[in-house]
Amino acid sequence: MNGDWPRVLILHFSHPYTDIDMFAFLIRRLVQSTFVLFLMSLLVFLGVFAIGNPIDILISPQATQEDIRHTIEAFGLDKPLWLQYLIFLKGALLGNLGTSFVYGTPAVRLILERMPATFELAAFALTVTIIIGIPLGLWAGLRTNTLVDKTIMSVSTLGFSLPTFWVGLMFILVFAVKLGWLPSNGRGTTSELLGMQVSFLNMDGLRHMVLPGITLSLLNVAMVIRLTRAGTQEAMLQDYVRFARAKGLHDSRIVGVHVLKNIMIPIITVVALQFGSIIAFAIVTESIFAWPGMGKLIIDSIQMLDRPVIVAYLLMIVAMFILLNLLVDVLYSVLDPRVRINELKG
Amino acid sequence: MNTKKLRHVFQAIALTALACSFAGPAIAAELKVAMSSPPTSMDPHFYYASANANVSEHIFESLVKLDADSHIVAGLAESWKLVNERTWEFKLRKGVKFHDGSEMTAEDVIWSLDRPAMIVNSPGKMDVFTKEIIGKKIVDKYTVQLTTAQLYPLMPVDLVAILIVSKRATQGLSSDDFNQGKGMIGTGPFKFVSYSRDDRVELARNDAYWGQKPEWDKVTIRFIPNNATRMAALLSGDVQAIENVPTADLPQAKNNPKITIFSKVSQRTVYVYLDTRRSPSPFVTDKSGVLLVKSPLTNADVRRAISMAINRDAIKNRIMEGLAEPTNNMVPPTAFGYNPDLKVVKYDPDGAKKLMEKAGYKDGFAVTFHTPNNRYINDEKIAQVIAQNLSRIGIAVKVDASPMATYASRGAHHEYSMGLLGWGPIEASSPLRALLACEDAKKGYGTQNWSLYCNPAMMAPMEKALLTEDDAERSRLFQESMAVAINDGAVLPIHQQFTTWATQKGIVYIPRTDERTYAFDFRSH
Repeated sequence: MNGDWPRVLILHFSHPYTDIDMFAFLIRRLVQSTFVLFLMSLLVFLGVFAIGNPIDILISPQATQEDIRHTIEAFGLDKPLWLQYLIFLKGALLGNLGTSFVYGTPAVRLILERMPATFELAAFALTVTIIIGIPLGLWAGLRTNTLVDKTIMSVSTLGFSLPTFWVGLMFILVFAVKLGWLPSNGRGTTSELLGMQVSFLNMDGLRHMVLPGITLSLLNVAMVIRLTRAGTQEAMLQDYVRFARAKGLHDSRIVGVHVLKNIMIPIITVVALQFGSIIAFAIVTESIFAWPGMGKLIIDSIQMLDRPVIVAYLLMIVAMFILLNLLVDVLYSVLDPRVRINELKG
Repeated sequence: MNTKKLRHVFQAIALTALACSFAGPAIAAELKVAMSSPPTSMDPHFYYASANANVSEHIFESLVKLDADSHIVAGLAESWKLVNERTWEFKLRKGVKFHDGSEMTAEDVIWSLDRPAMIVNSPGKMDVFTKEIIGKKIVDKYTVQLTTAQLYPLMPVDLVAILIVSKRATQGLSSDDFNQGKGMIGTGPFKFVSYSRDDRVELARNDAYWGQKPEWDKVTIRFIPNNATRMAALLSGDVQAIENVPTADLPQAKNNPKITIFSKVSQRTVYVYLDTRRSPSPFVTDKSGVLLVKSPLTNADVRRAISMAINRDAIKNRIMEGLAEPTNNMVPPTAFGYNPDLKVVKYDPDGAKKLMEKAGYKDGFAVTFHTPNNRYINDEKIAQVIAQNLSRIGIAVKVDASPMATYASRGAHHEYSMGLLGWGPIEASSPLRALLACEDAKKGYGTQNWSLYCNPAMMAPMEKALLTEDDAERSRLFQESMAVAINDGAVLPIHQQFTTWATQKGIVYIPRTDERTYAFDFRSH
C-alpha cells in the first residue's frame, strides 16, 4: 500500500531473527533472574535479622520468659541464621514461601488476597495515564511554543512536583469532605470475577476507585506528556515525515500512524516500568485512601518484622519486574524490527 | 375549590413528611464505624492483641466482662466463687443461645478454655491466661470448676480475655479457617457476616441476644489506620463514628458543630524507666561522652530528682491537648490496687537540683533517652519535652526515637539506660509482676522489667498479695508494694492517656477505660 511506504524503508534494514536466538535470549534471562531472586531473598533475610526479633513486639505482655522462649522455638527463630535461610530455601524450592508470623496464614495467600485490589487500581491509573498523557503530549509537541504547549507543560510540572500524599489529601478534602461527590476511602462494593473480588464491575466500586486512581496517575501523566512531546518534536523534523507530507498523506495519518509508532518505544518502557512501580509501591496512596492493597501489606509487614511476608512479597515483585522487562523487550522488537531480540542485554 | 385542592396537597405532603420521619430510624439502623488498627485473625483464640479482641467481642463473649470503668462484671457466667483454696466455681447463665441456635453449656466453656493452648503459628499465644488452670471439671450443664496449683485470686481477671466459642462449630478448625468465616458462631450481640482482611468486618444484629439488644440491624467496622483518612471518612459521612481522633485535629473537631467528641482516661499509663542496676550503664556518660563507671541512675535520689524535674502539666496541656491525666500510679484511679497516697510528683526543678547536689551530681551527666515513635499518643514529643525539662537540672538528654519494631527488640535485650514505655493493665498485679518484680523466669516475674529493678521490700507484699483471697487486703498489699517501687523511682509514671471517639452529631457513645470501641455502645437519640 502506498501509505505504508516509509515503513518499507525501515524494513529494508532489518534482519529476521531465528528461533534459536530467541531461545538463547530466554535462557540467559532465566539464569540472570534466578540469581537476582536468590540474592534478593538473602539480602532481605539478613536485613530483617539485623533489625530484630518479631516475637519481642508480637508476644503478649502477659507472657513469661518461658512462653517467649517457646514461641521463638515454635517459629524456628532460635536457630542460627544460615540454618533458617536453608530451611527457607528448601521450602521455596517446593513452592512454599512460609507462613506469616503475624497472621498465621501462608504468605503467598496473603499477597494474592490483595493482588486484585492493587492490580485494578494500577490498571485504572495506567488507563488514565495513556488516555490523558499521550494526546496531550502529542498536542503540545505539534504546537511547540504556542499557548497550548505552554499551558500543558506548566500543568504537567505540577504533576511532577506535588507530593502524592498531599494531592491525595486535597482530593479527599475537596471531593469527599467539601463537595461530597465521591467516597473518601476504601474499596466499596466488590463483585466476583473468576474467583477474585473486583470493584470495577459496579458503579459503587468505580466511584471508590476514581480518587486513588487519579492520584496514582498524576506523576505518570506528567511523565508521559513530556516523553510524548519530546518524541513528537523530534519525529516531526525527520525525513520520513517530510516525504510523507510530500507524498500528500493526510496529517492525521502521519501523526496517528507514523509518528506515533516511532515515538512509542520510550513511552512503552516508561509505562510498563511505572505499572510495576504502581503495583509494588503504591504505599502512600493506598494508606491515604485506606485501599486494601499490597502496598499496605508490605508496610505493615515491615513494621511487624513479618519476615515470611516481606521475603515473599519482594520475591514476587522482583519476578514481576523481570517479566515486565521481558515484555517490553519483546514489544520493542515488534514495534521496531531493527531491534533484534538476541542483541538485547538482560 | 382551588384552596380545597391545595389543602389536600399540603395534607399529602405533611403525611409523607411524617411517614419519612418515622422511616428515619429504620434507615439509620446501619452503623459504620472506623477503627484504627485491624485485627490479625478472626479466630478469637489466635492472638492476644486489643485489635483482635475488640472485633471478636462483638461476636463472642467471655465468662467475665469489664464494664466501662474496667470493673469486673458478669458475662456468660452469672456468678463465681472460690469453693476451696484451689478451686474456682463458675455458674453459667442459663438459656444463652449461640448464633446457630444451640445452647451454650459447660462443655463449650471447657472446650474454649482448652483451645488457646492448642493454637499453632500464634506469635502471642493466649494460654498465658489459662495456664494457671490445672484441672477442669463439669459439675452440671451450667456449672464448671477450675482447679489451680495454689490459691489464685486473679482467675476472674484472666478469664476476661478468653472468649467462649461453640464446641460443635469450631472442633477441628484451624485459626485460618476462621478467616474464611468458618466457626464464627458466638453468643454475642452481633452475628458475623463477612470479613475482608485489613479492610472491613460486617455484622448483623443477633435478635436472640440474652442481654440488651443493640440498636443497629447492620454494622460495618472499617479499619483505617491513617489518622487523616479516618478523620476525613467521618467528615465526609462515609462512617458515622471513629476511634482515636488524631490529637492535631482535636481543637478543630471540637468546634465543628456536626461532630461530637467523647473521651475517657484509659488504663494505659505512659512511664519512664531508668536502668536502676547496672554500672556502667550503656548510655550514661559524662558530658564529654565518656562512660561513667558508676551510673548515677543507680542512685534513688537521682531518679527522684528526674521525676521532680518533669513538667507533667506542660505535657498534658501543650502536647496532649489536655487529654491526659498526670499520675504517679501505674493504674488509673478506678482500677483495683490504685494507691491514692501516691500523689502526682510536683514540678519542682529547684528541689530537683538540690536533690542532684545531695547525690553528688551537681554538674549533671549525659544520657540517651530511647523512645518509640509510633506506639503511644505523641510518644516522641513527650520524650522531647522531658529532655528539655532535664536540661534544667544539668542532665544532657539526647532523644533517640525509633519505630516500635526496632525499639522493642533492643529494649527486651536491656540495651537502654533510659526509655519511654506504656502499660495498659486492668489492675495493679500486672505492672507489679511484669515491670517491677525481680526478673525470675521460673515464676514469670519481671518479663518487661526494663529498669532491671529488684527490691525485696517491694517483692514481699506483692507475693503475699498474690496468695490473698480477701479483696480489701489484697488491694492494700498491692498498694503497699507499688508505693515502695514508685517512691524508689523504679519507674516514673507520666500520665494516663485518654482514649477519644468522634461521632456525627446525634450519635452518642459510652466511652470506656479499656480503649475498646463497641458498635453496640453507640446509640442514636
